[in-house]
Amino acid sequence: MNGWLLAIVQTGLLIAAAPFLAGWVKWVKCRLQSRQGPPPWQPYRDLHRLFGKEVVVAAVASPIFRSAPYLIFSVTALACSVVPLVAIGLPTTAIADVIVLVGFFALGRFFLALAGMDIGTSFGGMGASREMTIASLAEPAMLLGVFTLAMTVHSTNLASMISYLLENPFQLYPSFVFAAMGMVLVAVAETGRIPIDNPATHLELTMVHEAMILEYSGRHLALMEWAAMLKLMIYSVLLVNLFCPWGLVVDYTPPALLQGLLVVTVKVLLLGTILAFAETALAKMRLFRVPQYLALAFILCLLGILSHVILEVN
Amino acid sequence: MNGGQEFNVTPGRVLQLAAGLAADGLAEALEPSPGLVARLSLQPGNWGRVAELAAQQGLRWSAVWGDHCPPQISIRAVLFGSDGHLLLETAVDEQRPELTSQSPFYPAAERPERTLHDMFGVQFSGHPDDRRWLRHQAWDENDFPLRRDFPRNGKRSTATTGDSSYPFPAVAGEGVYEIPVGPVHAGIIEPGHFRFQAVGETILRMEEHLGYVHKGIEKIAEGRDLAGLTRLAGRVSGDSSVAHSWAACQAAERALQVEPSSRALALRAILAERERIANHLGDMGAICNDVGFAFAQVQMSRLRELWQRQNLELFGHRLLMDRVVPGGVCCDLTPQQISTLQRAGDCLHRDIEELLPLLLEYPSLQDRLRTTGVLSPEDARRFGVTGYIGRASNLQDDLRRDAPYAPYDRLQVRVPAYLEGDVAKRLRVRGEEVLVSLELQQQLLHELPPGALRVACPPPGREVEGIGLIEGWRGEMLAYLRLDAESRVLRYFPRDPSWLSWPVLEVLLKNVIVPDFPVCNKSVNGSYSGHDL
Repeated sequence: MNGWLLAIVQTGLLIAAAPFLAGWVKWVKCRLQSRQGPPPWQPYRDLHRLFGKEVVVAAVASPIFRSAPYLIFSVTALACSVVPLVAIGLPTTAIADVIVLVGFFALGRFFLALAGMDIGTSFGGMGASREMTIASLAEPAMLLGVFTLAMTVHSTNLASMISYLLENPFQLYPSFVFAAMGMVLVAVAETGRIPIDNPATHLELTMVHEAMILEYSGRHLALMEWAAMLKLMIYSVLLVNLFCPWGLVVDYTPPALLQGLLVVTVKVLLLGTILAFAETALAKMRLFRVPQYLALAFILCLLGILSHVILEVN
Repeated sequence: MNGGQEFNVTPGRVLQLAAGLAADGLAEALEPSPGLVARLSLQPGNWGRVAELAAQQGLRWSAVWGDHCPPQISIRAVLFGSDGHLLLETAVDEQRPELTSQSPFYPAAERPERTLHDMFGVQFSGHPDDRRWLRHQAWDENDFPLRRDFPRNGKRSTATTGDSSYPFPAVAGEGVYEIPVGPVHAGIIEPGHFRFQAVGETILRMEEHLGYVHKGIEKIAEGRDLAGLTRLAGRVSGDSSVAHSWAACQAAERALQVEPSSRALALRAILAERERIANHLGDMGAICNDVGFAFAQVQMSRLRELWQRQNLELFGHRLLMDRVVPGGVCCDLTPQQISTLQRAGDCLHRDIEELLPLLLEYPSLQDRLRTTGVLSPEDARRFGVTGYIGRASNLQDDLRRDAPYAPYDRLQVRVPAYLEGDVAKRLRVRGEEVLVSLELQQQLLHELPPGALRVACPPPGREVEGIGLIEGWRGEMLAYLRLDAESRVLRYFPRDPSWLSWPVLEVLLKNVIVPDFPVCNKSVNGSYSGHDL
């Protein structure tokens, strides 16, 4: 019972904290460009404003367009429940493994692309086509990266992977280094950050994710934006907790939980800062370079598997 | 810097063409007005033929405009050769205004001729495109707003209907689709419509449709006095305020045979160089921002902001509007202000010298900019595009050097130029032009001559006309002015360089991918307002 309660609290925490991470990255970016920038909690204000606004829907919109925001947000929120934030061994993580997580993302993306094409504007179609191109290359790399870890741990369950790492004394796995590098590249592509997509742009013709949600307004837009922030949050938590799991809590006592929360917060904010540095230092990539970029991610993850088979299996 | 490559200016010579035409009986030589090398009067039937000969001799086409002097419509065109400008004149009957087209030989003439049809009803035979260009839904089919009988306040008081009937050519083929963009855009920019026809991400064809910010500048100029005209000219395109008002004043001064003092001219040049620097700084940042490189934009915006604050502090206006007045300027510099400007100029020079190599060598940025939006030197020559676009594609015409007007006739103007014609080179040309402009500013400040700020412009007592030709930051800027005996405007025609740069945007987009359009557009940066008039 305790576990279920903790799982719900943890999921709620992830959902609640996601806008802050997005705001944090933006704030750090602004500071790096010597601008004052909006405070990190600005996304909460934006979401509040959007929820209070009228929803304008095109006359030609089908039910898919109307239901997509709810669907996408729920699927992403469900994905949140699978990710271990503070504690491991929770009942929700036992139900679903990492392949389910990738499936959740794919489901969300499917409806996002459908909604983008639903109204029939060229921007929505363009965004959907680009998103699917990127996804079709990113997903295999992502799965391959996850399998590298799974092969060491002999499980695709996130909690088992992390606890295996926690229980075994620190050991440098070359396969993990490759997988981590590949997964970082995939995460950048999947969350639509520079150099793949520019979340801050107003140029419709260059957009990927934004192009698909151009026609949304009011609470629909708020849910879409929030879902995107959740995705960034999930990937960040996943990266820090998979490849740097120290600080996660196994026993559920309040002080331990508090400490675990503190550690994961610091880790995620640090990752956000690194992301902000990278986004400041890089220009957006030419669209036709993205396949090469994702091929690199795929190769890295493949090298991870190979080095596991060659070096680590005994 | 140029690596021993050979660079071109417009090769043809005006005097050679003029002599040939006069010998063949195709044209009659007239006394050239100030600022021009030659002036020819043609029969309407020879209009196209002369353009053909001029194109063969390699002259660059610059502008064409009409002037309704009942019962005739006089048509004038300007061409540029390495020795200066040539004015062609002809006149057609207002009842049967027919003329042979110059567009088959000069693609840049295509839209101006369509505009002549929209505004004056002039029919061009042999014109490849019979669609309207600036024609507005507020005008009936047989209204020609620049004719004298059309009222200055327009005819219609009700709201204008939307423009949704412009006939774009259709495309067919498997997987070919259209993307309509604009006229309202997401950024804070002016309105214009772009119609893309693409396969996948590759642009097959892009066509512009402009005219959404037509303000009737030419019509409302009629009847203004010189001060009112100069204020209007400064607002043709807000980013080229100094250049447009200088061109208008130069035209007026040439018409009235007034010579501003050398101090006033030097101050005008300082203002023009400051305008060039401010716009280049802003656009260099914007180009980088369009490929998601916000760092450069923030740096460039900072420098531009400081620069414009100094404009406000020392000249009284951030965009330097209304500083150029007929007969001179209305601002002066004290010795103390001169040294302030010199210090700020040195400071910017250092900053740009530090930033420019960074932008030009930064791999992630250059990967986006190199080989993007290439305008071949042949296309640049064919379209006669001026300014930084031409210079990045090996056409380095610069009036400050090639047809110098005071005070540039006593200065050395270095013109950076390259062969590649891509976005990277257009960015580079602009960066180097900032350095050149800073050096010019320092030189002008160093030897600022004494003299009156403003000389009187007395009414001429008869009808007069004049042409102003200025190198604005976008390129060659032209203003034609005809005044009555009391110095009131009878006809004002400003030709913004954007008339020459908008058509090449369509050309350089061939085979560019859709997401690279914004950065290509920004690297060209035509003015909507200056074009739509």
